[in-house]
Amino acid sequence: MITIDELSVDLDRVPILHGVNAEVTAGGWLALIGPNGAGKTTLLRAVAGLLPHRGTIHVNHEDLGALRGRGRARLIAYVPQIPVLPPDMTVQEYVLLGRTPYLGYLGSPGRSDRAKAAEASERLDVTRFAGRRLGSLSGGERQRVRLARALAQEPQVLLLDEPTNDLDIGHQQQVLELVDELRQTRGVTVVSTLHDLTQASQYAGHLVLLAGGRVEASGVPAAVLTEELITRVYAARVTVSPGPGGHPVVTPVREPPPPFRVNPLASGQ
Amino acid sequence: MIRARGRRLPAARAYGVAVAFLVAATLVSALVGAADLNPVATITALADRIPFVHLPSGLSPLDRAVLFQIRLPRIIVGMMVGGLLSVAGAGYQGVFRNPLVDSGLLGASAGAGLGATLAIVYLAGEGPAAVPIAAFAGSLAGVAVAYLSGTVGGSGTATLLLAGVAVGLFLTAVQTIVLQRSAQDLQQVYSWLLGSLSGATWQQAGEILPYAIVSVVVVLLHGRHLDVLSVGDEEARALGLHPQQTRLIVVAACALAAASAVAVSGLIGFVGIVVPHVVRRLAGPSYRLVLPLSLLAGGGFLVLADTLARTVVSPAELPIGVITALVGSPVFVWILRSTRAVRT
Repeated sequence: MITIDELSVDLDRVPILHGVNAEVTAGGWLALIGPNGAGKTTLLRAVAGLLPHRGTIHVNHEDLGALRGRGRARLIAYVPQIPVLPPDMTVQEYVLLGRTPYLGYLGSPGRSDRAKAAEASERLDVTRFAGRRLGSLSGGERQRVRLARALAQEPQVLLLDEPTNDLDIGHQQQVLELVDELRQTRGVTVVSTLHDLTQASQYAGHLVLLAGGRVEASGVPAAVLTEELITRVYAARVTVSPGPGGHPVVTPVREPPPPFRVNPLASGQ
Repeated sequence: MIRARGRRLPAARAYGVAVAFLVAATLVSALVGAADLNPVATITALADRIPFVHLPSGLSPLDRAVLFQIRLPRIIVGMMVGGLLSVAGAGYQGVFRNPLVDSGLLGASAGAGLGATLAIVYLAGEGPAAVPIAAFAGSLAGVAVAYLSGTVGGSGTATLLLAGVAVGLFLTAVQTIVLQRSAQDLQQVYSWLLGSLSGATWQQAGEILPYAIVSVVVVLLHGRHLDVLSVGDEEARALGLHPQQTRLIVVAACALAAASAVAVSGLIGFVGIVVPHVVRRLAGPSYRLVLPLSLLAGGGFLVLADTLARTVVSPAELPIGVITALVGSPVFVWILRSTRAVRT
């Protein structure tokens, strides 16, 4: 269970988040939604312990502010939107990096670390190309490798920044299904940012809509994804309809185009 | 290019190749030179020095003196210098996540150059020991100033590198002013700047040994940390590493390694770029392999370069920095081109 209480973050002395409150139960999936620049990534990075912040974050009643380095890394795995993938490193080596929080300062990965990394690779079906260079992977393969590294970390919380970024719709669904499966079978709590509102409603049990660094709305998808809220916060034109399984489906709407008219100025030579 | 990069030697084979290269370089260097030593006798004389091995070599006393008092100390010092420069280069490359960074970076070479110049110009009366000590101190001071000025504003590696460039240019400017005022020392400073192992003695080897051991051990122990750092500071932190702390420790150890090398050899460029790069091509990018293999291969590379330096225009000597640059520059271009090929 994660409890975020009155979280505020300044970046370069510019306030980005203003007293954000949010909560997600253990094994739940919280999706952070909101327009560009709303503070979604900043919130995720603060929870990952990468940004100085005010307010508190508790994971399973443990205060993250009291945890340092490896202790925090054993609890929380963070997959940024565009992770650095050293092109010449092999998939196997990369997944093994996930064991870093469990190694002593001068330690090196042992047999059990290799076994855990291999298990994570197996789980995400990347064992087939364990010997390949990261630079040679496709977008979908890369995302699975990132998740395998995060899983090798054996975290209780998985922080995913736009996990479907750059993927086609089939691979998007594949990755989200994988994450959901990890959540259900391992009891991992997931916090992710998601751009696609329909996907957010399909996969996350709880949504937090951020705008301008503040929580605009929070709750189950049906409560947050309303035409009125989306129109106001995103300045978008959408319709929201109940989809299969009761998950709201958000459909962008285009205003009827203005009637076709020949521009009298453009027609002259 | 990409396919060639994918094929790596297994770790044991890579170590085998590196050790064989080092041994071969040592033998070639021991056998080649002005005095014509009998190859078989020389090899038995060397093998005789291995603990628990006793072999009569039949080498004449004069030849023994050439081998053990002239060639061997020079080989050992060359090995240490090459290994230190290569490990320092590889360490810096890991810390800065940049394959084009060299051991002379961050004001190290410029600081050593200024230190040596000051010693040659103003401390000529203090005896020959002043130059290596001044170069050693200058090299460390150069890195310290660059590090402090580069980490004040932020923690980015680019800032640190740029600060190193700025400090290097400044120190070189000061050195030029000093030299302008004492043109009679130009020849000596110039030959020091190009690097040479011609003065190598057992005593020199013994003097830099403690620093060499400490710096190499510290860098080697951080190989795994450098692997973690290769995914970037932010992700490394999310994995529980302290990037700034790792960077400080590795930079300090690399600076010590490079300063020890510079103190006995003068400025020798390109070794710290070429050797780790070739090692990476053979054994892959993991610093847990790249660092120790660079130590071995760098030692062999410099011993060979020095053999060329003292034989090509014999009885005169070419500065060893000229040899490494002659080999290094084309390789540098090759790195630039292949790095671009991979990125696009």
